[in-house]
Order: sequence, then C-alpha cells, then structure tokens
Amino acid sequence: MTFAVELAYWQTTTIKVLVVLGVIPVAAIVLGYVFLLKMMSHMQSRLGPMEAGPHGTLQLVADGLKFIQKEDIFPDRSDRFVFGLAPVVVLMSTFLLYIVIPAGPRLVVEDLDTGVFFALAVSSLSVLGVLMAGWSSANKYSLIGALRAAGQLIAYELPLVLAVVGVVMQAGTMSLQGIVRAQSEGEIFGIGFLGNPFIFTQFVGFAVFLLAAQAELSQTPFDMPVAESELVAGFMTEYTGFRFLFFFMSEFGSAFALSAIGATLFLGGWHFPGIGGSLADVTGPLVLGAKVMLVAFFIFWFRFTFPRLREDQLQAVAWKYLIPISLANILVTGVLKVLF
Amino acid sequence: MVAQNIVFGVLAVAMGLAAIRVVTTKNVVHAALYLVVVLAGVAALYILLAAEFIAVVQVIIYIGAIVLLILFGTMLTRAPIGRASDLDNDQRWLGVVVALLLLGVMGSVLADAFGSTKLPKAPQIQRTGDVGLSIFQTYVVPFEVVSVLLLAALVGAVVIARRD
Repeated sequence: MTFAVELAYWQTTTIKVLVVLGVIPVAAIVLGYVFLLKMMSHMQSRLGPMEAGPHGTLQLVADGLKFIQKEDIFPDRSDRFVFGLAPVVVLMSTFLLYIVIPAGPRLVVEDLDTGVFFALAVSSLSVLGVLMAGWSSANKYSLIGALRAAGQLIAYELPLVLAVVGVVMQAGTMSLQGIVRAQSEGEIFGIGFLGNPFIFTQFVGFAVFLLAAQAELSQTPFDMPVAESELVAGFMTEYTGFRFLFFFMSEFGSAFALSAIGATLFLGGWHFPGIGGSLADVTGPLVLGAKVMLVAFFIFWFRFTFPRLREDQLQAVAWKYLIPISLANILVTGVLKVLF
Repeated sequence: MVAQNIVFGVLAVAMGLAAIRVVTTKNVVHAALYLVVVLAGVAALYILLAAEFIAVVQVIIYIGAIVLLILFGTMLTRAPIGRASDLDNDQRWLGVVVALLLLGVMGSVLADAFGSTKLPKAPQIQRTGDVGLSIFQTYVVPFEVVSVLLLAALVGAVVIARRD
C-alpha cells in the first residue's frame, strides 16, 4: 500500500518553509546545549547548567524565552532602519542555507542543480548583515568587529569554495543529492559495500573545509569579530532582546548547516551502507544527524581547545596556506580523475 | 507566462526604485545597501529566465564580494551615520548625458541583436554542466584571454599598492 497525498505547489512550499523555520531553532538549541553548555563544561571539569529540566536540557529554551521578554533597545545615535534589519539579514542567510541540504532521497526542500555552490553563495550574505549591524550601532567596538568579520569572511570564502571543488570534480555534479548518490554508488579499489565517502579520497579537502568553516562561523580560534576581551561583543555589542537572539540562533543554525554540508560532501550525507529505497527517507534524518554531530564535535572541540589567533596570523593561514593547499588538491584531483 | 510577467513587473519596479535611491540618498552606506537590492533583483531576473548558475554567480560575486568590498572600504575610511552634505558635486548633468548615451547604445545593440526573438513558451533550463562545457569547449580561448587580463589587473594592483 502506498501512502500518497497530492498537494498543490503552494501547499508543499508552505510546509517546507515551516519545517525549515522549525529546524533552525531546534538545531541551534541542540548544538548549543550539547556542545556549548555541556561538552565545554565537562572539558573544564564542571557540570554546566543543571537546574532547568533534567540535566539542564531546557536551559536554552528558558534563555530564549528570557530574551524575547527583554526590552528592544535602539542606541540613541544609531541608524534605526539598518540596525533593525541587520539581524534579519543574518538569519535569512542561515535560512537559505537549509534549502539545499538533503536529509533523505526525497527529504529536501529543493534539490538545486547548483546545490553546494548556492549554499556557499548565500552563506556569504551573512557578512552583509554583520557589516550593517556593526556600522549602524554607532559604536566603535561594533564597527571594528564588523570590519574584522568582513575581512575574515572574504578571506575564508575562497578556501571554502576551493576545498569543495575537489568533491564536485569527483562527483561530477554540484547537486548535493547527486553528491550523496555518487558516494553511495561509488567503490574504492573494487570494494563497494561501504560506498565511497569522499573523506577517503578528499581528506585534504576535508581538512581545509573544516578549518575554513571554523573561520566562516567565527568560532575560536578565529573569533576576532566578537573577541570579548578586546571588543566587548564585537558587532553584537549594542543588541538586546530578540534581535540578539536572532544572532545567537544564526550562529548555531549556521554551524549546524555547515556541518551538515560537510557531512554531505565528505561523509556520505544521509546514506548508510545497506539502507536504500523509501526506508532511507526514515533513517536519512537520523543518519545525517549523527554525522552532523560528529562534524560539529570537531568544530567545537577546536573552539574550546585553541586560543585566539592574531589578525595577521588569521589572514596568513587563509592566503598563504589554505588557498595554495586547496589549489594543489584540485590539481591532483584533476590529474587522478583523468587517469582513472 | 502570466505568473512570470507579474513577477517581472514587481521586480522591475523594485529595482527601478532602488536604483533611483542609490543616486539620490544622502548616505553613502544606504546607497551601497540599495545597490544590493538592485543586484539581488538582477539575480532574481536570471532565475526567472531559468539561468540558475548565473544567478548564483551574481549573488556570490556582486553581493558577496563587490558590494562587501565597497562597504568595507567606505567604513574603513569615512561612513558617518545620518545625512552627508558633500555627496553631490556639480557634474550631475554630465552624468545624465553619459547615462542617456549608455542607455541608447546598449538599448539599440540589444534591440538590433534580439529585437525579433521571442522567448520560448516553456523556459529552457540551463544545466550547470552545459554552462561548464560551453565555457571550456566552445569559448575556451576568450575564457583564457579574460583570465590573463584579470591576472594582469591583479598583478598591477599589487604593484601599485606596494610601498617599497
């Protein structure tokens, strides 16, 4: 028996938009609770929040409710329109990221032909919101934070794109569904039961991708835009209430989305060896979720381990090391692609 | 095609208004932000024509890089909040003449080349693979020439910016 409901285009679109709008806060809460609150606390030999809900699980829900109740303050000399719009632009960029991430053979908002390229393009829009926030706050700390963010994100956009090019060349498509399919159907040295997760052949690309994603997300050791010991809170300094909540949700929502893209590109996405057909639509979100947590674990492990870099070191890492390495990776991938 | 026409109308009006605000606003950062609206409208027009790859390129290059650099540059030097009185100069009539000339030249070239061409009833979807093949097979020589030109510009910029 097939379970099929015919829905009009606008109905499916509405459902998809609502699902994504629900996924972003849940993803932010899960990552924030598991890594920011609990993993960091345990690494530092303390318990972290324990009161709200069992083991403190509802702490971020309580924090979110608290932020919504707070007064919405505009600084006296700020540019009110731009100041109000900036968090929306940042959150919109996060929202657009989720459009192309597949969680199963049919579980994707829109399997775009330009898939991963689209994701990288819309993730660069968040810088626009950050610059708007920093400038309109009429605060020197905010402006310096925003300029640092812009310089950093422009620099790390390049290695991020170049690291992905290796995967795209190997898969022969930019569609994220196509990349998952290429990994599930591939084989290494004639062994096919595992598929061919691109992490085996593109491990250089994976390392560059993780480092560049860390910088794109402004996570320590690349957190100069919000460096609290130098800039109060960088471009977020003047924000309160739900506008600050927007920035928080966007930070962790983007971390989840970039981890999901990393998991899809290098770890096989929703595919689990041996599961296919419509069963994969059920297991897909779980498998993808597990892989996302794995990638996010590395990002946050880095965050809690390394001290902040200097601004010139940050630029040197991108321009002098990551970009040449990923260019060499593309060259080698191209040669091997022609040979085999 | 009716839906496409309505969307085109909405986009065209929004882009026109934003383009006028780019040159009439009294704040240089606002001008750059209105420019973002215009450029995003261009990307939307590409999507309307089913040229998805070009639309994404438009977003990543023009919004994600060029406007960002404009904003970065103005904020690094001088970008006061509020109205600036010294944004205008006395060359606006010259600007009008140049703009009309450009409109005439580009409009006549477009009308000359595509004046009698009709859009197909169903949009022709441009696959990314087709774009790649046409760049690297049919148009590989112009592509390489443009690459060398950009490289020369890059080297030139570095040479000019160097102090020693």
